[in-house]
Amino acid sequence: MKSSRLRRLVAAPYLVWIVGFTILPLITIIYYAFTERGTNSFTFKNILAIRDPIHFNALVLSLWVAFLSTLICLLLAYPLSYILSKLKNGRGRFVVFLFVLPMWMNHILRTLALQNLLSNTGVINGILEFLRLPTLNIMNTPTAIIIGMVYTYLPFMILPIYNSIAKIDDGVIDAAYDLGASGFTVFRRLILPLSLPGIISGITMVFVPSISEFVIADMLGGSKTLLIGNVIEQEFTVGSNWNLGSGLSVVLMVFIVASMVIMQRYDGDGEGAALW
Amino acid sequence: MEKDIIIDLKDISVSFDGEPVLNNINLYIRDNEFITLLGPSGCGKTTTLRIIGGFLKPDTGRVIFEGKDITDLPPNKRQLNTVFQNYALFPHLTIAENIAFGLKIKKKSKEYIKDKIKYALKLVNLEGFENRMPQSLSGGQQQRIAIARAIVNEPKVLLLDEPLGALDLKMRQSMQYELIRLKNELGITFVYITHDQEEALTMSDTIVVMNKGNIQQIGTPEDIYNEPKNAFVADFIGESNIIDGIMLEDKLVEILGAKFPCVDTGFGRNKPVDVVIRPEDVDLVEPEKGTIKGVVTSLLFKGVHYEMDVLANGYEWLVHSTDMVPVGREVGIFVDPYNIQIMHKPISEDEEASSDEE
Repeated sequence: MKSSRLRRLVAAPYLVWIVGFTILPLITIIYYAFTERGTNSFTFKNILAIRDPIHFNALVLSLWVAFLSTLICLLLAYPLSYILSKLKNGRGRFVVFLFVLPMWMNHILRTLALQNLLSNTGVINGILEFLRLPTLNIMNTPTAIIIGMVYTYLPFMILPIYNSIAKIDDGVIDAAYDLGASGFTVFRRLILPLSLPGIISGITMVFVPSISEFVIADMLGGSKTLLIGNVIEQEFTVGSNWNLGSGLSVVLMVFIVASMVIMQRYDGDGEGAALW
Repeated sequence: MEKDIIIDLKDISVSFDGEPVLNNINLYIRDNEFITLLGPSGCGKTTTLRIIGGFLKPDTGRVIFEGKDITDLPPNKRQLNTVFQNYALFPHLTIAENIAFGLKIKKKSKEYIKDKIKYALKLVNLEGFENRMPQSLSGGQQQRIAIARAIVNEPKVLLLDEPLGALDLKMRQSMQYELIRLKNELGITFVYITHDQEEALTMSDTIVVMNKGNIQQIGTPEDIYNEPKNAFVADFIGESNIIDGIMLEDKLVEILGAKFPCVDTGFGRNKPVDVVIRPEDVDLVEPEKGTIKGVVTSLLFKGVHYEMDVLANGYEWLVHSTDMVPVGREVGIFVDPYNIQIMHKPISEDEEASSDEE
């Protein structure tokens, strides 16, 4: 049929894109992950390299940092989104826009700015010194990494949660009050469950990229703190050991896919999936 | 004050951003009454309902419920329930959980709640729907669930905000009977909001006609239809011929240069008035036998009757009749004296707003 041929023709560029930029790289990584460096013979060595204490500690720290960053983002974003969704005349949407605005700037530039703020001779310590208050010494620590992560990924948490709360019909909330519900009951039985899809997609959108994040760790964590993303990056660049890098990437990928599967389970409507 | 008054609104005024929405509303609602607030959009009827429900606090005035002042009581502390215009069912809960919502808050026992759900679903003819989700129901079914969810709480007053507005004509008509049946079975007060005059006439014991934040008239459907108090009510309730006239003396009014005998008295002599004649009360007769002569200018078949326009003395009369008169035919217009409604002309907006029940 003519129309189906046309449809196939229109879809062709996307197919090329998916094959060229998703499927082929994935196959390449898996190939490298399961082959020996130099000899190209089959091996599990690269995968099992995760048992090396340095790699293992980096993975655990990555998961921990990603978990804390996600939790802090959620605790900051939910009350904010709730308050913003109650504002009238699109004022809430404007504030959300202000929060999202920095996302349009280069990620490295923003992290560099944060470096300037947080460093031991940086702006924040300058102000503290001027006020004769004790200075902070958080540069090159996991704390600095978490601050960087929260700063970078907060908009990804705010946007879906704000949208899900703003979507809740005022009439439904009136109806709950009408049936005798207290403010707390309205929150627990209506607003929280109805905004769950937004929470789920917010968590997914913050947790998944922050597990593999290495730029922030590089610039704010210094050489002292190694995240799994840094380890992989170094294997590919400094170490030139693509096989080991790929092996660790596959391990990381398992964690990412697992976390997404768990999240999707809680997301009854599949709304979070739509955001991805 | 009468004994059976359940809700009494006293001198209620509200304005939004300086725009007056309700001007000094005084209205009482009797126990076990089906009362309808009727008016065009923006007339203040929904605002009045929200004040009764507790979702809005009036700027001035008091809301009295069974003799107690409840003006400052929040909605979750009031013994009334609302059926919202867009149903407002909880989308994440099943039908049974929706209906049980209010009962669970009141900490009723599991058996009690189960019985109540069963009873309510039977009452609204939706037995067996317990485990369905709201989105899987049609608009009419969702509306009936919204009613079920409200009535299981045994409110003394049920507030209904244009509950049938989103339904198609057929569904709306069957729901009208359903609501009247429910009202009679439950024996509670219904406060109903609509902009549909036919709906109001069909269902209500009492109709409150509102416009621009003022009550125009309060009365039974018959009163409102047959004795509209002013041109607004006459125009809003059904179709009317509203013509400028001069009351020459008691029982004689001049319209369009002709003298029509009527039954009204007490307007004085040579007073300008509004004259309302319902289209079905205009009789088309032989040209010589009519009070004035006219020519039929249009003819439409409306099912039950024909709708005709008759041009007579410069005014297009709207006429409903079961007899067809072809376009172009010369006819006489005759109106029985008791079918002529004489009303004072409003001197100003304020006068139009005056709202005492006789």
